[in-house]
Amino acid sequence: MSLSREETARLADLARLSLNDDELARIAHDLAEIIDYMEKLAGIDRADVEPLSHVLNTVNVYRDDRAEPSLSQEEALANAPDRQGEFFRVPRIIDTGEGSEA
Amino acid sequence: MSDNINARLCHMTLHELHDMLAQGQVSSREITSDVLARIDEVEASVGAYVTVDREGALSGADAADAAIARARRVGDAAEIGAVVGIPVVLKDNVCTRGMRTTCCSKMLEDFVPTYDAAVTARLRAAGAVIVGKANMDEFAMGSTTQTSIFHVTRNPWDPERVPGGSSGGCAAAVAAGEAVAAVGSDTGGSVRQPASFCGVVGLKPTYGRVSRYGVAAFASSLDTVGPVTQDVRDCAIMLNVMAGHDERDSTSAPNAVPDYTEYVERGVEGLKIGIPKEFFGPGMDEGVRTAVERAVHALEGAGAKIVDVSIPLVEHALGVYYLVATAEASSNMARLDGIRYGHRPEGRSGMDVADLMSASRGQGFGMEVKRRIMLGTFVLSAGNIDAFYGRALRSRRLLKEDVERALAQCDCLASPTAPTVAFRFDEEPDDPLAMYLQDIYTTLANLAGVPAISVPCGFADGLPVGLQIMGRMFDEGTLMQVARAVELTSGFDRARPEVGGCVK
Amino acid sequence: MRKVTERDDYEVVVGIEVHAELATESKVFCGCKTDFGARPNSQTCPVCLGMPGALPVLNRRALEYTIRAGLALNCSIAVRTKFDRKNYFYPDLAKGYQVSQYDIPVAHDGYIDIEVDGQPKRIRVRRVHLEEETAKLVHAGDDIISANQSLLDFNRSGIGLIEIVSDADMRSADEARAYLTKLRSILVAIGVSDCKMEEGSMRCEANVSVRLRGSKEYGTLVELKNIASFRAVHRAIQYESARQIDLVRSGGRVTRETRHWDDARGETAFMRSKEQAADYRYFPEPDLMPLEISREWVDEIKSGLPELPDARAARYAREFGLPASDAALIAESRELASFFDGVCDALAKAGAEAVDRTDGPREAAKWLVGDVSAALNASGIELSQSKLAPELLAELIGLVASGKISGKIAKSVFEEVFASGKRPGDVVRERGLVQISDAGQLAAIVQRVIEANPGPVSDYFAGKEKAITFLVGQIMKETRGRANPQETNRILREELAKRA
Repeated sequence: MSLSREETARLADLARLSLNDDELARIAHDLAEIIDYMEKLAGIDRADVEPLSHVLNTVNVYRDDRAEPSLSQEEALANAPDRQGEFFRVPRIIDTGEGSEA
Repeated sequence: MSDNINARLCHMTLHELHDMLAQGQVSSREITSDVLARIDEVEASVGAYVTVDREGALSGADAADAAIARARRVGDAAEIGAVVGIPVVLKDNVCTRGMRTTCCSKMLEDFVPTYDAAVTARLRAAGAVIVGKANMDEFAMGSTTQTSIFHVTRNPWDPERVPGGSSGGCAAAVAAGEAVAAVGSDTGGSVRQPASFCGVVGLKPTYGRVSRYGVAAFASSLDTVGPVTQDVRDCAIMLNVMAGHDERDSTSAPNAVPDYTEYVERGVEGLKIGIPKEFFGPGMDEGVRTAVERAVHALEGAGAKIVDVSIPLVEHALGVYYLVATAEASSNMARLDGIRYGHRPEGRSGMDVADLMSASRGQGFGMEVKRRIMLGTFVLSAGNIDAFYGRALRSRRLLKEDVERALAQCDCLASPTAPTVAFRFDEEPDDPLAMYLQDIYTTLANLAGVPAISVPCGFADGLPVGLQIMGRMFDEGTLMQVARAVELTSGFDRARPEVGGCVK
Repeated sequence: MRKVTERDDYEVVVGIEVHAELATESKVFCGCKTDFGARPNSQTCPVCLGMPGALPVLNRRALEYTIRAGLALNCSIAVRTKFDRKNYFYPDLAKGYQVSQYDIPVAHDGYIDIEVDGQPKRIRVRRVHLEEETAKLVHAGDDIISANQSLLDFNRSGIGLIEIVSDADMRSADEARAYLTKLRSILVAIGVSDCKMEEGSMRCEANVSVRLRGSKEYGTLVELKNIASFRAVHRAIQYESARQIDLVRSGGRVTRETRHWDDARGETAFMRSKEQAADYRYFPEPDLMPLEISREWVDEIKSGLPELPDARAARYAREFGLPASDAALIAESRELASFFDGVCDALAKAGAEAVDRTDGPREAAKWLVGDVSAALNASGIELSQSKLAPELLAELIGLVASGKISGKIAKSVFEEVFASGKRPGDVVRERGLVQISDAGQLAAIVQRVIEANPGPVSDYFAGKEKAITFLVGQIMKETRGRANPQETNRILREELAKRA
C-alpha cells in the first residue's frame, strides 16, 4: 500500500501538524511501510470477536456530585503562552467546519 | 550489610539504606548528598537527568531526618516508612508540582505543573526524596532515549551504547548510582527494556495497579507506571508505595494491595514456569539466548518446574500494539496545542488560530512523535478505522485470550526482555519498523494488561541481559518470587558498571 | 416581498438538536463548580483544562440526570453504554477531543407530544446522550469574523451537557417552537437543567430542508446555528424555508451547508459548506470504564420523576375544569404551575369563604394567564422576582367571590398589590374600595343620577337601550366604581320602570 502526498497532507491537516515537504515525504514513506506490516493482521481478524477496549472488566466507576476546590486563577493561567488579564488569548479564529460553536 | 560498609551510599540498595537510616547509622542528608555528588561526578558522561533539584532534595532529606529522629526518640523505629529519606528520580512525564515536567519535548520545555501525579504524591507522602527528573524519549515514544530534545543518555556499561528507552534516564540513573530508585512508565516495554539494557530491575505492573493520574498519557489503555530499582526487594518496596486504588483514575483497580516484600524470599520450589516457544524463534541475539536459557535452567535447579507453552498469535502483538498505541496517542497528543500551555511558535504574526496550533505542534514535536500521531490519525480516520483500529481491538482480545490460556497452564512465563543487548548509538536502525522490533517481547504484557518484570540474568559480550517474567493479572507477588530466584542463581548479583572512575 | 400562497406546494421539514447544560453541582468529569457568572478561569482544574496526565471520573448525578431526561422524553434507556472520544481541534476544546457518546447513547427512541392550532402531534426523539461542555470563547472584536483575537474562559469547560436529537418530524416553524417550548418545560420540570437560553445553558440547532408536498424524499439539509431564543428559532426557520423554496422554485439547488442566523438582520447567512463530512475519528474513551445501567436504578429514577407538564395540564383540566389552553400554558412553566398550586392551596385553606372548589382555581388561572402575565411582561421580571405571592392572589380572588369588591375594582387593586406586595384587603380598606351592595344606599344614588340626567332617561324611554349604559357609567363615576354592578343594574331598571 502506498500513501499519496495528498492523503498524507490531509492527515497532517486533520492532526493539526504543519509538516515541511521533507517531513511529508518521509512520513508518507514510513507510513506506507508500517501500514503494510500492520495489514498482516488481516490474517487473524475475526468478525465474531468483540473488540477489546479495556483490559479490566470493571464497570460503573463514578464520583459523587460534590464540588471540590479548583485551581486559583493564577495557577490556571500560569503556563499560558499568551493571556490577557484573566483570560487565555488566541489569535483570530477562521471557522473550519469542525468547530464547537460558531 | 557488613559487606557494604565500605561501599558508597549511592550504590547501596534501597532496603540497605532504609535499615541504616532506621538504625541511625546514616542520615538521609548524607545519602542524598552522596547521590548528588555522584550526579556531579558522572552526569556529564551518563546524562540521565534533565532536571536536578538540589535544594528540594536536601530539604526533603532534612525533613526525612527529622521524621526519623522523632520516630527513634519515641522508640518507633520499626514504624519508619520503607522509603523515608530515600533519593529517587522520576521520569520526566510524571508531573511534579512546581518542578518542570517536559516529557523531554520542546512542546513542554517550560511546563511547570500546578499538581502532582498520584505516584508523586504517594512518594512524597511516604517520605521519599525527589532528586529530579529523568531523561526519556520524547513523550515516551522510542526505545533509545534518543528522541529527547535535551541530550542523549549513555549506557553506564558502555558510553557508546544506548540505555534503551523510553525510560532510559531512569535505568541509567539507577545503574550509575545517581538515584537509589526510579519511577518510569511502560506502554510497550519502556521500563523493562532499558532495565534490561542497564542491568537493573524494572517492573511493568498490572494495568490499573498503579494510578496513571498525572503521568502524561501516551496510550491510555496500555500505559502503566512502574519502578526501576537495583534489586527485586527494592522493586517490591517501591511497588508497595506506588500501588493502590486512586479515585482520580477511573481505570485504577480497587483490588487490595498485598505486601509485595513478603513474596521476595519465598523461592520457586513447586512453581511452574512456562516457556512460550514463539519467544525463542529467530531474531534473538545468540548471547541473549544463551544467558536466558542458562537462567531458566538455574530456576529449574532451584526447584521450579519448567513447562513449554504456546502463544500462537504472538507474532501479531507488535502490529496490534502499534495500531492501538498510535491511535490512542494521536488523540492523547491533541491537548498539546500551545493554547493553555505548551510551545508558542515564532513568527506567528497574522496567523489564525488553526495555523497557530499547527505551527505549535509542527515545531513542538519531534519526528518520531509526528510519525506516530500521523499513523494514529490514519488508523482512526474515516474509511480506515475498521480495517485498522477495529481489527486491532479484535485481535487484542484474541491475544489476551492466548496469554490467559498460556498462564492457565503455569504460574508465569519467562522470556528474554529484548532481542538484543544494548546496541551502539551508530547501530540504531534508520528504519522505524526495525526499531519497533525492539518491543517484540514486551508489548504483549501491555496488550493483555498483565504484569511483567525484567530482572538481570547474566551477560552477553560483557553487557547485561534481562529476563522477562510475565504473570497473571494482579499477581506481581509471583513475579517477585521468581525474579528474586533469578537474582540468586544468575550470578549477576547486583553487578555495577564502571563509570566515572567508581567501581563497586 | 414573497407571497406565502405561492409556496403552498412545498413543505418544510425540520429536525432539532438541543444542548442543555446539566444543573449538577460539579462538572461531569471533575470536581470544579458549575456556577454561572464566576470570574473567568476561576473554576478550573487540570482535568477541565486538559493538562498533561489529568484523567476524567464520571459524575454519577450527571448520568442520573441524563437517564431522567431520557425517561421524561419517553425514551428507552441503554442497558450497557460507554463514552467515546470525538476528535477535533478548536481552541475552546481543552483536550483536542470531546468526551461524548457515539454509537450507544444513554437514551434513545422517545417522543414529545406537542399541539399547534389545536392539532396534536408526536415528535420523535431519536437520542439523548451525555457529553462535556467546551470553554467559552469571548471575541475581542464585534463578532467571530471580524475579531482579531479571542479570549478563553474554561469555567464552562467540562460542565455536563446533554444532547437531544429529534427526528425530522416537524413541518413548520410553529411546530419547531412548540417542540422546543415543550422540551424546555420538561427539562426544567424534572430539574436536570435550568435551560436558560440567554445564559447559553440551552442551545439549539435546526436542520431545515424543503420538499414538494407529498414527496417521500427529503430535500438537501441546511443546518442553522446561532439561534439564541425561541423567537429566533421561529423566525430563522421561516426565513430559511422561504429562502430554500424560492431557490428551488427559481430552478436553483439547495446546497448542504451550515448557515448562521443573524437575528438583527432577520436572515440566515452562509457559514460553511458541509459537502465534506468532518472526520471526528470517534473511538471508545479508554480513560473511562463502560457503564451498565441496572433496571433497578432506572425504575428508581422513574419513580422519582415529578409530575410532567402534560400530566399536570391534564390534571388541572380534570380537577378544576380549566380550559385546555390555560391548563397547558400554566403547566408548561414550572414557575407558573407552582404559583398556581400555591393559590389553589391558599384558596382551599381560606375554606368556605364563598369560593367554590373549582371557581377559585379557574379564576386563579384567568388571573395568571391574563393580568399577571401582562404585568410581568410590562415590568420585565420573572414571577419569582415579583412581590406577588400566591396568598395575595388568593385573597384577591376571595374578595371578588364574596362580593366585597367588583371584578373591575379587583384589577386596580391587583395593580397596587403587584407593585407594592400589600395585602389586597388592606388596599381595599385604605382606598375605601368596598363595594356598595346595600339596596337603600344604591337606590338613593340611582335616584340622584336619574334626576340629573333627564336627556338619557327620555332616550331610554324612547327605546334606546344603550342609554342604560350611560346611566350605569354615571353611577359608577359617582361611587368611584364601587357600586355592585348587578345590584345597580337591577335597581336602576326598577327605578326607571317606576317612572315609565
